[in-house]
Amino acid sequence: MDAIRRYLRSPPAVIGLVLLVIVLAMAASAGWLFPHDPLSLAGRPLQWPMANPRFWFGTDNSGRDIAAQIFYGARISLLIGLVATFVSIVIGIVIGALAGYYGGRTDTVLMRLTEAFQTLPNFLLLLVLVAVFGSNITTVTIAIGVVSWPAPARLTRAEFLSLRNREFVQAARTLGMRDLRLIFGEILPNALPPVIVYASVVMAVAILLESALAFLRLSDPNVASWGNLIGLGRDVLRSEWYVSAIPGIAILVTVLAVSLVGQGLNDAFNPRLKGR
Amino acid sequence: MRILSLAGRRLAASVPTVLLILIGIFLLLQFAPGDTVDAMMAQMGGGDAATARELRRFYGLDLSVPAQLGNYLWRLVRFDLGFSAIYGKPVVTVITERLPATLLLMISALSFAFFFGLVLGVVAARRVNKWPDTLISTLGLIFYATPSFWFGLMAIVVFSIYLQWFPPGGLEDITTVNTGLWRVLDIARHLVLPTLTLGFIYLAIYLRIMRASMLEVQNLDFVRTARAKGLDETRVVVRHVLRNALLPMVTLIGLQAGTMLGGSVVVESVFSLPGLGRLAYESVIQRDLNTLLGIVFVSALVVIAVNFVTDLLYARLDPRITSGV
Amino acid sequence: MSAILTLESLSVTLPPGADRLHALEDVSFSVKANEIVCVVGESGSGKSMTANAVMRLLPTGVVLDRGRVLFEGRDLAQADEAAMRAVRGAGIAMIFQEPMTALNPLRTIGDQIGEMFSIHTDMDRTTIRARVLDLLDEVRIPDPVDAARAYPHELSGGQRQRAMIAMALALDPKVLIADEPTTALDVTTQAQILTLIRDLQKRKGTAVMFITHDFGVVAEIADRVVVMQQGRAVEQGPAEAILNRPQHPYTRELIAAVPRLTAPPPRKLAEATILAIDNVSKTYRNGGFLGRGARVTHAVKNVSLALPKGATLGIVGESGSGKSTLARCILRLIDPDSGAIVLDGKDLAKLSGSEMRAETKNIQMVFQDPFASLNPRRKAGELVAQGLMVHGTPRAAALARARELFSLVGLDPASAERYPHEFSGGQRQRIGLARALALEPKVLIADEPVSALDVSVQAQVLTLLANLRAQLDLSIVFITHDLRVAAQICDLVAVMKDGEVVETGPVARVFGHPQHAYTRALLASIPGRDFIAGRQAVSA
Repeated sequence: MDAIRRYLRSPPAVIGLVLLVIVLAMAASAGWLFPHDPLSLAGRPLQWPMANPRFWFGTDNSGRDIAAQIFYGARISLLIGLVATFVSIVIGIVIGALAGYYGGRTDTVLMRLTEAFQTLPNFLLLLVLVAVFGSNITTVTIAIGVVSWPAPARLTRAEFLSLRNREFVQAARTLGMRDLRLIFGEILPNALPPVIVYASVVMAVAILLESALAFLRLSDPNVASWGNLIGLGRDVLRSEWYVSAIPGIAILVTVLAVSLVGQGLNDAFNPRLKGR
Repeated sequence: MRILSLAGRRLAASVPTVLLILIGIFLLLQFAPGDTVDAMMAQMGGGDAATARELRRFYGLDLSVPAQLGNYLWRLVRFDLGFSAIYGKPVVTVITERLPATLLLMISALSFAFFFGLVLGVVAARRVNKWPDTLISTLGLIFYATPSFWFGLMAIVVFSIYLQWFPPGGLEDITTVNTGLWRVLDIARHLVLPTLTLGFIYLAIYLRIMRASMLEVQNLDFVRTARAKGLDETRVVVRHVLRNALLPMVTLIGLQAGTMLGGSVVVESVFSLPGLGRLAYESVIQRDLNTLLGIVFVSALVVIAVNFVTDLLYARLDPRITSGV
Repeated sequence: MSAILTLESLSVTLPPGADRLHALEDVSFSVKANEIVCVVGESGSGKSMTANAVMRLLPTGVVLDRGRVLFEGRDLAQADEAAMRAVRGAGIAMIFQEPMTALNPLRTIGDQIGEMFSIHTDMDRTTIRARVLDLLDEVRIPDPVDAARAYPHELSGGQRQRAMIAMALALDPKVLIADEPTTALDVTTQAQILTLIRDLQKRKGTAVMFITHDFGVVAEIADRVVVMQQGRAVEQGPAEAILNRPQHPYTRELIAAVPRLTAPPPRKLAEATILAIDNVSKTYRNGGFLGRGARVTHAVKNVSLALPKGATLGIVGESGSGKSTLARCILRLIDPDSGAIVLDGKDLAKLSGSEMRAETKNIQMVFQDPFASLNPRRKAGELVAQGLMVHGTPRAAALARARELFSLVGLDPASAERYPHEFSGGQRQRIGLARALALEPKVLIADEPVSALDVSVQAQVLTLLANLRAQLDLSIVFITHDLRVAAQICDLVAVMKDGEVVETGPVARVFGHPQHAYTRALLASIPGRDFIAGRQAVSA
């Protein structure tokens, strides 16, 4: 409860929370404000924002409502962010915990694997995965999760390495506790906080990765993604630059919100001096 | 030269990593719908099954997967990366043509990000929680949250279209032939926007790490000792804090090498630069799996090379490493 | 001789949210030239804060709000930063507790000592280098030339502290403030450093303010003593007076808590051996490429010991002696490379993982660090009950037994619902003890159980252990680096050095008539042993 109070005392953390709530509100209200399919033709193409009061943000090259795409896009970004983060954190925790606790050969093998994933540029791997498995939204989400697990794994492993020699862990072993119970019952609850906070970073990166893929026309075209819009707007950059500008701001705001909330959580749970 | 032997050991340890990557990607690509021959046939405008079979036999694509893998690895040892169906040239040639642009971009972006990240991080840490710190940290956060391709596009809108200070794309002016210094300046002018676009995200990261590192080192015991000796603040920072705070930054360079290469895919696409990143994108679109594998291989080598250099640098900075402490 | 440094009614406030308002309240004392004043107190007494206040190196938020610090005719409390910088290092120098972290790991020793000269003088580089070597020679570092070129991590703890002393005395300061400089060192090294400080002090006539928590050290080197408690100076005076005729109740309590070296009268020991350690060895290999050039450490070398039923066997040694490794081998937290560990007939070294897990209810451990040995996310009662639950007792019964154990170790059973961070260090050690006793083990291994506690709390926990031992007929292996503690509670003692047992026997014999040179050196290094021996004669 202290932690919540500490969180609320930090202006950037509160701003982040407010922004996040706005984005969530956009996602929630999309269906109600824009009852039609956001990717359906709505009017004349390339109208400027507010030139026609029906289209707050104007229309894109094909005549689709940009505001609708922005609001529905919030759903996509948040959903992809959450699911991909969940996938990567779960994989990362399991691998990191086993490597950190058992050490020795298990650690070496798992670390080689992690290194392999980290040596290969993650966007390249993403491209390969998309090339192989296709561009639909589920595949893309899982692919992003698969590409992002090394960092949480490294973090978990580091925590486990430092915790496994702590005396309370040794004490648990002297009580006769079995390994699995030790790992998941005693060590993990202590190792989790930094990993959970890092999840916000993973989520921010996941959203950016998906939008980059969409920009390159490699993501699901049947889904109202912000990246897709930016890609479309590239063709008309010289004149109707708003088509690219507006969804970019949406991405910026969302990623900023997620990052600020994550940092706020970190500061709230680790109250070392503000002079950090 | 303990430093070299230590770094050499790490290099040797990365051989299995590269192998793992290659084998993994190779096997993964077997699942891809359609292969090089399909792409070639599409380019040729179609063909019959017999031609397809003939082509497959020619390229050894009718062998079993393990046999193909074995062939590939064997050719790799002799640096034969295969043939690019799309470009009609050996993959090595294609990659060598495209590598310089990417390396140039990466080096400039890295230098820009590291240098300014360092400076801004130090300034923010020195004035922690006062307005310079808040300003710098906020800017850092915003840069970090901005998608690079969008930043690139907006930069084009502002600097190329409205202000007309910089060209909107390409590596050099193809309408005129420049040589020597003029050519260098021309390329430099073309690289300004791409460097900023690729670099500013990493600038944000370095800034944050440097700031955090400085703050952490400032609280360590030996800084108190330095002050107890009567040293003034500036010298405490320069002679004691800075070098210690740099260590995590150096490690970070190695860790970021891979992501930067990935970032160049997008930046090169936005600015139409003839680099490795855009080549990767094109190979994916056009199903040129040989080239894609070749790029993966070269990228892994680049990342390992960068890590090797940073290991050397780190060992040079921190004497505890060589003693095995 | 007049005072060089005088503190007058010094008060230092802490930022809001700290556990008390003042770190220091109305502290007054002075230090004359050529004398050593020991500022003694337990943790939280404000003794380190006094040093920081004099040097004006207080942490952010901590403020010197009242009083004067008179040095060379000036009030340092009012001096500006530039004036303070001139004083620091040249007028008043300071050495710290942890020499490893107090030195910049990335710069050589010679560089850091030389910095003292480059800050305060305009000597050229060659002169500085020569002076640095002279200084290192004065503090008797072996191989001054190599030491000057070395990095901190390449020297031993004692050598690092000598280097710090060299650095502090470089400019012949009038006052040397030593903040617990020997607390982190081995007892033999501590003795050497204390001798060094005293010699240098006499030669240069420096005034020394020596901060410590150990009354033995006070007895060894102090000319005058200032006793601090909770930020106040409660008693001060000449060392002889304070040590022999303490007036203030707190001082008396502190002195009484210093463990004595003579053992209580020996108890009758049983014939049967409950734990036999037979030729146990453990070797570590570090580094090396493809098996060559590895650094080999023989942590434990062919150690054989026997613990009679109901007795307490002390294992005494400094850091690196192998005692902790041995303890962990006994419990199979680490696997020994060779040898047998026979507990009541069963060889623990040969058991499989699951067999050992079953066997854990016969042998338990109490750990050193009261903060790290309890899982911060579990309630205290749960921690004590865990062992029982793992071995099959249902939860409710286990928790009930835990509450009984709380009473046994002198804690309120209701506090079983609280989390570890809500207890003090001494209380947490009691919880650790309760946890170890929950399974009713035959043998208890205590790994430095009181080393991390304040001296007054130490005495309480040791008394508790002695009572429980009598009540439950425990057989204990007691590991410690402090011979005085060993003398209090052990029947038999084994002295370890570099992985081997150099001497073993009944405690009165080993401490009264030591045979091995190392045992003699250890005993000779105990600070203030004459004082302790003298007091015993008085109070016996």
